[in-house]
Amino acid sequence: MKHHIEGSQAVAHTVALCRPEVMACYPISPQTHIVETLSRKVKAGEIGNCQFLNVESEFGALSVLIGASAMGARTYTATTSQGLLFMAEAVYNAAGLGLPIVMTIANRALGAPINIWNDHSDSMSMRDAGWIQLFAQDNQEAADLHIQAFRLAEELSCPVMVCMDGYILTHAYEVVDLPTQEQVDAYVPAFEPVQVLDPQDPVSIGAMVGPEAFAEVRFLAHHKHVRALEAIPRLSQAFQDIFQRRSGGLMDTYHTDNAETLLLALGSVNGTIKDAVDELRKEGWPVGSIALCAFRPFPSHALRHVVQDAKRIIVFEKDLAVGMGGIVSSDVKMALQGLPIIVDTVIAGLGGRPIPKASVIDTVKQACLEGLEEPHFLDLNWDEINRELTRQQAQRRSGPTAENLLREVGPPGTKPV
Amino acid sequence: MSYQRVKFYQTGTFTVGNRLLDESDRTVQARMDRTNSLNAGHRACQGCGEALGARYALDAVMRATRQQMVAVNATGCLEVFSSPYPESAWQIPWMHSLFGNAPAVASGVAAALRAKGRTDVRVIAQGGDGATVDIGFGCLSGMFERNDDVLYICYDNEAYMNTGVQRSGSTPPRAWTNTTQAVGTNPGNPMGIGKNLPRIAMAHGIPYVATASVADLHDLEAKVTKAMSIRGARYIHIHVPCPLGWKSDPAHTIKVARLAVESGLFPLFEAEGGEVTDRTPIRKKVSVEQYLELQGRFKHLFHPRDERALETIQAIADANIHRYQLLPLKA
Amino acid sequence: MIQIRIHGRGGQGVVTAAELLALAAFRDGKEAQAFPSFGSERTGAPVTAFCRINSQPIRSREPVYHPDVLLIQDSTLLHQVDVFAGLASSAFVLINSTRDVEALRLTDFVIQHPAVQMHTLPASDLALKHLGRPFANIGMVAGYAALTGEVSKAAVNQSITEKFPGRIGKLNGAVAAEVYDYVAANLAKV
Repeated sequence: MKHHIEGSQAVAHTVALCRPEVMACYPISPQTHIVETLSRKVKAGEIGNCQFLNVESEFGALSVLIGASAMGARTYTATTSQGLLFMAEAVYNAAGLGLPIVMTIANRALGAPINIWNDHSDSMSMRDAGWIQLFAQDNQEAADLHIQAFRLAEELSCPVMVCMDGYILTHAYEVVDLPTQEQVDAYVPAFEPVQVLDPQDPVSIGAMVGPEAFAEVRFLAHHKHVRALEAIPRLSQAFQDIFQRRSGGLMDTYHTDNAETLLLALGSVNGTIKDAVDELRKEGWPVGSIALCAFRPFPSHALRHVVQDAKRIIVFEKDLAVGMGGIVSSDVKMALQGLPIIVDTVIAGLGGRPIPKASVIDTVKQACLEGLEEPHFLDLNWDEINRELTRQQAQRRSGPTAENLLREVGPPGTKPV
Repeated sequence: MSYQRVKFYQTGTFTVGNRLLDESDRTVQARMDRTNSLNAGHRACQGCGEALGARYALDAVMRATRQQMVAVNATGCLEVFSSPYPESAWQIPWMHSLFGNAPAVASGVAAALRAKGRTDVRVIAQGGDGATVDIGFGCLSGMFERNDDVLYICYDNEAYMNTGVQRSGSTPPRAWTNTTQAVGTNPGNPMGIGKNLPRIAMAHGIPYVATASVADLHDLEAKVTKAMSIRGARYIHIHVPCPLGWKSDPAHTIKVARLAVESGLFPLFEAEGGEVTDRTPIRKKVSVEQYLELQGRFKHLFHPRDERALETIQAIADANIHRYQLLPLKA
Repeated sequence: MIQIRIHGRGGQGVVTAAELLALAAFRDGKEAQAFPSFGSERTGAPVTAFCRINSQPIRSREPVYHPDVLLIQDSTLLHQVDVFAGLASSAFVLINSTRDVEALRLTDFVIQHPAVQMHTLPASDLALKHLGRPFANIGMVAGYAALTGEVSKAAVNQSITEKFPGRIGKLNGAVAAEVYDYVAANLAKV
């Protein structure tokens, strides 16, 4: 049934329908509305015998789920930003142990400087941890991906992060078709763990592995992701069969046929990008776009197939590999090795900076007409950057960079948008 | 040639047992009806107090739970020597995740059991002093504060032994470690700092806190058994000498542990709901010197003799004796 | 597509106003999106919220740069924040104030933007009467509905009941009803 609902509420409602058994959560903006809602549902007895633990840190939260998942329980948590960094050791551990935990990342920037607004730096910091990472374009997909995530995680015995843009999606009210319990039950089977702590059949989990076998264990983790490349589209199709709508899959393509230039991005900015594509097409530009849903595993083969006739791909990414440039675009370039396709990197939307449709359109035109420097930063305030660089050159004790810039730009929220 | 029959004076006692002996010569521990959580063949050093303590503690849990138990282990010596791939010494469902998260992982196991409505299976978590008083302290405090149904056992050998003897928050004053060397004007670990975790555990008001020592395995077993009769967060802190890190004779592990107890440096007590309810009186009080001089980590206190340090350490022991009333009050 | 921008201060229910509007539009059978100008706003700090209403699904995630509708819940912002930035030439502007446009020193703006329709509404006073607290957000939403018909009064009433179940919902419904009466009596429907 269609509801007009906040993204966080839609996700919490959907997660509850997936019948989680243990949730452990630690508050951090902008994830809080999700866990508050789930806490209330557990307390009200709406999620069976589900246990909700208020823990002392994100590290504790994921650690609780590691124990619960190894005990055979379906587990869930949500975090973002610094919280994901704080649980980093456990993030790698959960994947290394092959525990099918599902975690929402309400994507947010990483400090310093502290910033609570959206970008993808947090998920990207954990991209090699062994978790499957799925990015939602809108709140319908954010909700739907959780249903697919539980099935995918448990089928492969591999943890899954569902990444949704903090505030832009978590705090946005829009129309979401919420599933019924019957639909979810038909899609997500009961959890049958591949490993479990069972006094009737004692096993040791988490042994030390030496050089003799470590590489093989890691290969098998990689192989699991290779299998996920097959499972993700299959489960997306199975989802469509039951829920009568398309969600998830490796990627979502928009006007890619006969497109010379393709815009590629993760997450909610794809909405704005699709509007930009429509406008550019109206003006006669042969453009299309690709919304990558699966970032880990990276769908290299599928991407090559989709873009083979294009001349240029412009990757809009909400992250920055400092000292290098693009993270997503680096993966795209690796995937397209040998193909005569130009790949541009546009670093955009850092720390909640809006990505206006007009800027997207201008950047596409600039790339096609003049080319872009690598990497290209969208809508940078060069006056402020040059002022600060000058200040730094003029005096040794030039002071903290962030505060110097704020003095010029003003505090957050004083400009209309 | 005549053979002299060996007399096993430990026959029928609760000391460490050997199942290769005739049934009639075995200790209680070596009887076949006793459980065996930690198999022979693990890779602990000779005279390892932690291996001994862990085996007795977990065997007691196995008996108390009729083998319906799960153990979570922090990273550390115990984890490493018991679980080199593919040889696990554990006869119970056992899990190792990280150095600093064993209490939280155990909370998760307990939560899963609650979710599944299983009250028959119990969970314990265990770690060394580094995992407990330092890196895992936050998770441990959280587990206490939520009163999760977990027994946490700390095997305290008073330093980071797994990484080669570095100081922990549990390292005693003046002890040598590889990060508190016996050099300079104040050799060894500084005086007056560190953490007393049993008292911190008591401050959480959890149902049960106890200290135990491998010097008194019967007492250790009794405390673990009692802990398993209680629901909620429970904490047992076991003193386990480490011959490697303490530079003591592997044959002296029990002796060293006993001197720690008899000197008052490691008081044995139980506390319920934050209040001390029982203590093990010192049978024959010894000076701290007798304890310290058996350990190379305190050698610098005697060559040359550091009277002030010895007096200060004695004062710590005397304060313990007073606080926990370990000696009968003089008339 | 109608793009709405709401200005107010933290604690005034600015974000709730955007949600109510979007929910009402949804009840009218339209697509609608509401989102705040994300931030760690504290009570009293300037806050902005956005709403889009369309007959087609809404994909854009950019803030509302060129509002067709501007709701200003706190008139003290008028000369502090550039609330009129990017305003569409024929925009509808509703300001919460007991004073009129002239008293708010906006006559020049109105003259310079002849197609802009600007009204003031004593939304805080009307709320105070029923709620005992000066929450202007319900009044502003009701005023917008009554003056433009772009969302129906029935849908606004329904979304108030959904958003505020029980007594508070009834009181807020009374605020909306009073605003409808006020608009009918004092302001011409545009």
